[in-house]
Amino acid sequence: MKNVRIAIGLAAITLLIFGIAYPAAMVGLANLLSPHNAAGKPVYRDGALVGFENIGQAFDSPPYFWGRPSAVGYNAAATGGSNLSPANPAYRQLVQNRIDTLLKYHPGIGVKDIPVELVTASGSGLDPHISRAAAMIQVRRIAASRRISEEQLRRLIGQHCRKPLLGIAGPGDYVNVLKLNLALDAGVESAGQSPD
Amino acid sequence: MFTEITGAIMIFLLSALLAWPLGKYMVKVFKGEPSWLDFLAPVENAIFRLCGIRPEEGMDWKQNMKALLLVNIAFFLLAFLLLSIQGFIAFWNPNGFGNWEPTLAFNTAASFTTNTNLQHYSGESTASYFTQLAVFTWLQFVSAGTGIAACALLFQGLANETSSRLGNFYKLLIKSCTRVLLPLAAVLALILSFRGTVANFRGIQQAATLEGGAQMVAGGPAAPMIAIKQVGANGGGFFGPNSTHPFENPDYLSNMAENVAILLIPMALVFSFGFYLQRRKLALMFFGLMSLMFISFAGLSAWQEARGNPAFTDMGLAQCTNMEGKEVRFGPVASSLWGVSTTSTSNGSVNSMHDSHTPLSGGIFLLDMLINAIYGGVGVGFINFFVFLVVAVFIAGQMVGRTPSLLGKKLEAREVKIAALIVILHPLLILAGTAIAAHGIRVDPELGWLNDPGFHGFSEMMYEFSSAAANNGSGFEGLGDNTPFWNITTGITMLLGRYLPIIGPLAIAGSLAVKKPVPESAGSLKLESFAFGAVLLSVILIVAALSFFPALALGPIADYFTL
Repeated sequence: MKNVRIAIGLAAITLLIFGIAYPAAMVGLANLLSPHNAAGKPVYRDGALVGFENIGQAFDSPPYFWGRPSAVGYNAAATGGSNLSPANPAYRQLVQNRIDTLLKYHPGIGVKDIPVELVTASGSGLDPHISRAAAMIQVRRIAASRRISEEQLRRLIGQHCRKPLLGIAGPGDYVNVLKLNLALDAGVESAGQSPD
Repeated sequence: MFTEITGAIMIFLLSALLAWPLGKYMVKVFKGEPSWLDFLAPVENAIFRLCGIRPEEGMDWKQNMKALLLVNIAFFLLAFLLLSIQGFIAFWNPNGFGNWEPTLAFNTAASFTTNTNLQHYSGESTASYFTQLAVFTWLQFVSAGTGIAACALLFQGLANETSSRLGNFYKLLIKSCTRVLLPLAAVLALILSFRGTVANFRGIQQAATLEGGAQMVAGGPAAPMIAIKQVGANGGGFFGPNSTHPFENPDYLSNMAENVAILLIPMALVFSFGFYLQRRKLALMFFGLMSLMFISFAGLSAWQEARGNPAFTDMGLAQCTNMEGKEVRFGPVASSLWGVSTTSTSNGSVNSMHDSHTPLSGGIFLLDMLINAIYGGVGVGFINFFVFLVVAVFIAGQMVGRTPSLLGKKLEAREVKIAALIVILHPLLILAGTAIAAHGIRVDPELGWLNDPGFHGFSEMMYEFSSAAANNGSGFEGLGDNTPFWNITTGITMLLGRYLPIIGPLAIAGSLAVKKPVPESAGSLKLESFAFGAVLLSVILIVAALSFFPALALGPIADYFTL
């Protein structure tokens, strides 16, 4: 009986400490020290929330860089991946359809030019990044749609390219699609800021 | 590709280097020696007083076991209750989520109490912030604390010279939480929130997208939960897709920090064994054996992912890296390293979708969970390894024709019987469960829980039971698992797979603790030797391979040949 009383007391007290006090303190501290990051790096334009830096957005119109396919249509309130297996015939069909769509909207490129992340869905359904190569194959379409030079777009991509962490750890040579598109909207000329 | 590999090597080395001092520090905590966190003593003493705990009271293994089970029953019942009435708790519920259905509440309460964190729900669309913190984050601390405390009891049992007292479970539980888990989690939570892991109490926000649409974005107090989910080998994420989500794992630095946190305590406890019993060389041998398996598995998985999907070549793509279910910022190597880390240590968080990995890579994740002792879960990992050790010592003893003795204590029929039963339990739970599920699908093909046809569908079911029995918590998430069948069967599997493998080894420790030590002589089996290491490794691999090979052949291996 004594053990039962201890067990109940222990459950209640640890819940208060680790379930309420600890998270509340950490959220408070995070907001005190670094409120922008603790809010998930929101992006505002003219005072309106247009997205979050690391949360990918759906893009499928000609004037914008397109991101990766998403199994949840970039719904950031019901996220997830496709969970399809490499051997699944339905999955192969899906990839083939994505290749066909890309070829249709990007005349002049061949299947070999398509980087693999542009035809595969990410795990979160919110991957904000694509490789430099994936951005490059879209340059002609965007230049035509926005009536700007391809050279300017290539320079913009170069400016937004991320290096590996400390130059030595992890993947490099990828760009944040939302930031790239924000720069496009802001006018390519003024887009010389650092990618961070 | 080169920087991806150096990144992975950095993660492994950093984990091992940090684990050494942490292992030493944890022994201080277990033994109650002075440390720099002594300023927490008043808080701990207040907890002991309020609960009526006498922390200095030494208890034998049965008293400790009773305490452990009663405390865990209290955790489970409280969690089940809070989930069932979630809708009535107006506090920290900005999105107004309702009560949980009973079988899902049962499964989830069992899942978090047992340190499994199998999630048949999706965080951002089902769980209020109160549930995420006061139920899940709370249990992520105390379930990890339970495992560490059990491991400390085992260490003391092995150290004892004819005393039945293993220590005080309550004290070890509280101190593991306050002095090991809390500081590590607090540091990680801050690192993550500096990198953009969300930490606020706002509900779902609507962003006006550049193309003129609307994007609904779920946030919340994620950083503190993610920190303890990694440090405590829990793995249950704040959001549905776990640490693939940019709000859980924003960049490569956060990924490194989280991956190190996954490996840290499981590695450190191997070193703790060495410091506690003053057998550092033996601990290093264990660490070497585990790392040998770990590195081989991670390398194999990464190679398979980079080699990718041959179907892509047929379609004419120049690259065929398997990027399905992966994030560009992590790439295939960090995804494979994480996959092997999370399945070896019974963590279960993911930074890529395991269901979409190539068949052999997914098969390696399965194998990690079938072995369940490569570093292993916090506390329970070393306990599982200890069971293999008992079996290996017994077999080696038989081979050289001597009475087997472990760390100066004779191993007799009772200890070996218990170890053998625990070794058999794991395949029994997994294979029986998978067989029942496979039968269900055959009888009623319309059950509709499989996302992928054929051999991979079998892998999905087997993975689910392996994950439950190993208290891992990751999933081949193509499985439609929120059904009463999966909720109830995996719920029971998690409970059996958690408590029996703690009770058995503690019973062994309890009986070894009171035995008179036999002095080591030239005739006794030397554990710190290459020969014994080879026997131990063989025992681990043979047990896993023999009991699971037929099932693996039907799942990942067959899947590989159809690719």
